[in-house]
Amino acid sequence: MYYRRTLTDAQINDELLGTVMTTPLRWVVIASFLAVILMGTFSAVGFMINQGLGVTGLRQPVFWGFFITNFVFWVGISHAGVMISAILRLSQAEWRRPMVRAAETMTVFSLMCSLSMPLIHAGRPWRIFYWVFPYDWARGIWPDVRSPLIWDPTAIITYLLSSSLFVYTALIPDLAIIRDRSTGWRRPVYGALALGWHGNPRQWKLQGLAGILLSALILPVFVSVHSIVSWDFGVSLVPSWHVTVFAPYFVIGAVHSGVCAVVTLMIVMRKLYKLENFIWEEHIDALARLLIVVATGWMFFFWLDLIYALWLREEQELTVWMLRMFEPPWSWMFLVFFMCSYVIPVPLWMFRRVRRSFTMMLWTSLLVNVGMFLERFIIIVPALMRKGPMTFDYATYRFSPIEFTVLGGSIALVAFLLLMFSKFFPLIPLWEEKEGQVLADSVRVGKLDVPGIVKEH
Amino acid sequence: MAKLLGLFQDPQQVADAMDELKKNEFPPQDLDIYSGSPFPEGTFGEHDPNHRLFMFPLVGALIGFSIGLLWTAGTQISYPMVTGGKPLLSIPPMTIIMYENTMLGAIIFTVLGVLFESRLPKRSLGLYDTRITEGYIGLVVDCPADRVAQAEKVLTTSGAEEVKKEEEE
Repeated sequence: MYYRRTLTDAQINDELLGTVMTTPLRWVVIASFLAVILMGTFSAVGFMINQGLGVTGLRQPVFWGFFITNFVFWVGISHAGVMISAILRLSQAEWRRPMVRAAETMTVFSLMCSLSMPLIHAGRPWRIFYWVFPYDWARGIWPDVRSPLIWDPTAIITYLLSSSLFVYTALIPDLAIIRDRSTGWRRPVYGALALGWHGNPRQWKLQGLAGILLSALILPVFVSVHSIVSWDFGVSLVPSWHVTVFAPYFVIGAVHSGVCAVVTLMIVMRKLYKLENFIWEEHIDALARLLIVVATGWMFFFWLDLIYALWLREEQELTVWMLRMFEPPWSWMFLVFFMCSYVIPVPLWMFRRVRRSFTMMLWTSLLVNVGMFLERFIIIVPALMRKGPMTFDYATYRFSPIEFTVLGGSIALVAFLLLMFSKFFPLIPLWEEKEGQVLADSVRVGKLDVPGIVKEH
Repeated sequence: MAKLLGLFQDPQQVADAMDELKKNEFPPQDLDIYSGSPFPEGTFGEHDPNHRLFMFPLVGALIGFSIGLLWTAGTQISYPMVTGGKPLLSIPPMTIIMYENTMLGAIIFTVLGVLFESRLPKRSLGLYDTRITEGYIGLVVDCPADRVAQAEKVLTTSGAEEVKKEEEE
């Protein structure tokens, strides 16, 4: 049962704008630490561009390794953000309020991170633009729209722009609050960003409609984007990739890892910014219950993928699965992925005490994302490790320190961007929290005051 | 014309002030409410704002679809690559790009529609008070200069803590 803490508008402003209006020492320390990791990552990428892709573990026949795994992983993480926000907004779920903006913002930054991965993977990032833009106007050569390499940027750029607009539209009323509290250079900057928001009934009505309309429009985009990412694999003729189940399997896998990332983010935010009045056990509990369903749905598609391979009895398909499941080092990765993604966390989430423990939920959500990274890795690499009829050179893929640095750097990049965002904008929507206070009520039932919400419709 | 802004703390007082102003024949379209959080529609007895937001995503979707069609069909026609004797225009991959462009068009136009219908952006805030985002509710009255005193009296007697005034040309 939700017992909403009663807070005034001024209290909500004070608590949620703490880091925007002041700069705590812990923020500076964490941001500096992440900046150092990022500098190391940029140096590693610079070194790789200078020396060529030979410094990575990519060898014939494996030309998709850590970078593409990372790309799929971050696209996956990005998915749950807007999905959670959109579904909860559409269903007018009351517990959405503290988590929607953090989830949407995570989507934007994860997508930015994922977009950087194919650029790095190309080795010569500037040449990647030839995929999307014409080679040469004079000769009239255009990119081939039949290639998934054109579908991917189209889908991801659509999703990135849509998510960014979604975040900005819902941010306008909060920008007006910061404008009203600011002095000096901040006031004109936030004033310009707030676009002259007054908060009259017309603007509030359209703000509410925007949330619903944009949610309804963005949900199909969210499903399409990860489906298209899965078709990068599905439309190829690589054994174990060329399966029709890949699109829903990828989408639900993305939701699984993404919701876990939202849980991690919310727990870290709560601790870092002292948001105990806004993020409660009930929120984490609700997300954990959602995760049990999502994880089990994902597991169903995983088994479906395996059963299709067994049912077809195609030798090459079975060879890849045997490699994944029984040949070290892939077999231990498979075991770790399976344990981390499902076997350990889901039974734990069955217990209310675990679902309501911030520490347990933090560790289990992190565990799932370790497992989901490995899942993508063992989908990609073992499938490519095969001798085709024209393979004359053959080596085992082993990721290099450069690739590992880029993986660490990608985590640091998303964390750094989220931290920077939280310095300038509130991660919990103030106006939504205030709306929750306006609509909150309690009903006397017998000897109990039952908390309720007054709804417009 | 003049503009008045009454600042209240209690929503009930704002609703009473609105009723009183309407009784005194101040037209509803000349009354506006500023608040730091959304209240259910009709809380203050304000008139229901009309809008055409739902047209915007439709127009955006049509534009996005057209761009998608032009892009996918145009590039294939501009540089024909016949593969295996199949038709030049490959419909399934075209639909992927057309779909994304349609959705992008709809979303961009929805946001533009929200801004347009919200009458944003505004260069100046005009008569406003920063306490509104701290929990106060502002009741704005647009009235002829000769009715300022009457409007101010209604606002004050209804419980406004402060009434601000702005002369307009």
